[in-house]
Amino acid sequence: MKTEHSEASDILAPVRKMVQACIQCGTCTGSCPNAFAMDYTPRHLWRMVMMGLTDEIFNSLTFYLCSACYSCTLRCPRGLPLTEAMETLKQIAVKENRLVNKPSQLFYRNFMESVRRHGRVRETEFMTLYFMDMKHPFLPFRYMPLGLKLLRKGKLSFQLPSGGNTLDALFRKAVEAEEANP
Amino acid sequence: MKYLYYPGCSLEGTASEYDFSTRAFMSAVGAELVEVTDWTCCGASAAPAINFLLSLVLPARNLALAEKMNQDCDMLVPCSACYLNLKNAEEHAGKNAALLHKINTVLEEDHLVFGNKIRVKHLLEVLSKDIGAEKIRSLVKKTFEGMVIAPYYGCQALRPYIVFDDPEYPQSMEPLIEAIGAKVHRWDMGGKCCGASHTTTKPEVGIELVSAILKKAKGADAIVSVCPMCQMNLEAFQDRVSEYQHEDLHIPVLYLPQLLGLAIGLTDKELRLDSNLSDLNGFLRKSEAAHHGSIHS
Repeated sequence: MKTEHSEASDILAPVRKMVQACIQCGTCTGSCPNAFAMDYTPRHLWRMVMMGLTDEIFNSLTFYLCSACYSCTLRCPRGLPLTEAMETLKQIAVKENRLVNKPSQLFYRNFMESVRRHGRVRETEFMTLYFMDMKHPFLPFRYMPLGLKLLRKGKLSFQLPSGGNTLDALFRKAVEAEEANP
Repeated sequence: MKYLYYPGCSLEGTASEYDFSTRAFMSAVGAELVEVTDWTCCGASAAPAINFLLSLVLPARNLALAEKMNQDCDMLVPCSACYLNLKNAEEHAGKNAALLHKINTVLEEDHLVFGNKIRVKHLLEVLSKDIGAEKIRSLVKKTFEGMVIAPYYGCQALRPYIVFDDPEYPQSMEPLIEAIGAKVHRWDMGGKCCGASHTTTKPEVGIELVSAILKKAKGADAIVSVCPMCQMNLEAFQDRVSEYQHEDLHIPVLYLPQLLGLAIGLTDKELRLDSNLSDLNGFLRKSEAAHHGSIHS
């Protein structure tokens, strides 16, 4: 039997499962503090997931603008896990290497790199990694006032975290286990 | 009263005053904190954006470490993002045995077993329910008569897990603020989003959200927060937001245990008041005057 969705759109399957009972009421959009900045509103995005518009979804910034406030999840009259659906889209974008929103993806990735290396995140190291990856020579200057403020308050540490246990093996195993049996 | 204590990475860095003031306050009310040995990062908002299983393994690792300590008590967590992740591990593992098994397969790598035996509590739950306003009132040495405090709860202490407060109209901080003699600032921004990491990755969006909160805080003498991410967003961008809104939106922002700590007589130093990024001097002067006014009247 021919399925409704082409093979390429199958990467959306886990998200489709989460939102298939959506009644398009728009409560999510009305509750979202970031909807004003999105190219597609949350309600619109769920419809696009049902229609399998994979490229449009992954070229949009909508799911990266979710700040996980859980207002939509709380209010959805169908009780759908909408914040989790936004997170799942972020996870699929990483897995499929669809780099649409460079700042957010590099922010998350470098945060996790610092955690993988030392077990705890060291904000100074993670922001340095982030700036290097962004390859934007003037970007660090935007954070200079804040950086200097933090430095004056003794909040920027250039030492690595105390409990320095690498989580390398744990990370590798988690990714393997997730890929083997998602 | 005893708790396992999971500070989380921010409390070792940019939110060190949250760590100091939490420990100082808890000790002053006679509660013992036992820090989880060799704790590691909970995954913050980064792990859930990258890998689902990892986002549960990271908090579960810490819960497994805590279980090994055999302390027979709940776990106290001051950071809302850590709280949510640890709670996620607790909830997912409780509902899905196959997932719990999968988490444990990964944790075997570190010779750890997660049995889902520990209850995770946010600091605000401990302050408002376990300790409570009455106990705090009985310890007050310095009242904040005539001062107005805006309670800011943020998101993840309230949602999605509805544990100790109303997720739309949070109120758990109000009796605590009233217990120290202050008035509660009436606003509807207490449970609204601070912009989280947007202030870094999408500043034009983050700044809008911070602006909306600071604008409605006008009229209050200070905002109190219970999350290092919220605190950073509300404090660190006040110059930028004021410039952008053509309006002076500077306001002192304190962590809740800093404010309550002051009221029960802890010193500025014990509460690390010099570490806050917002200017607290005016607030501290006014609170001294308020206190002396209330004893002499």
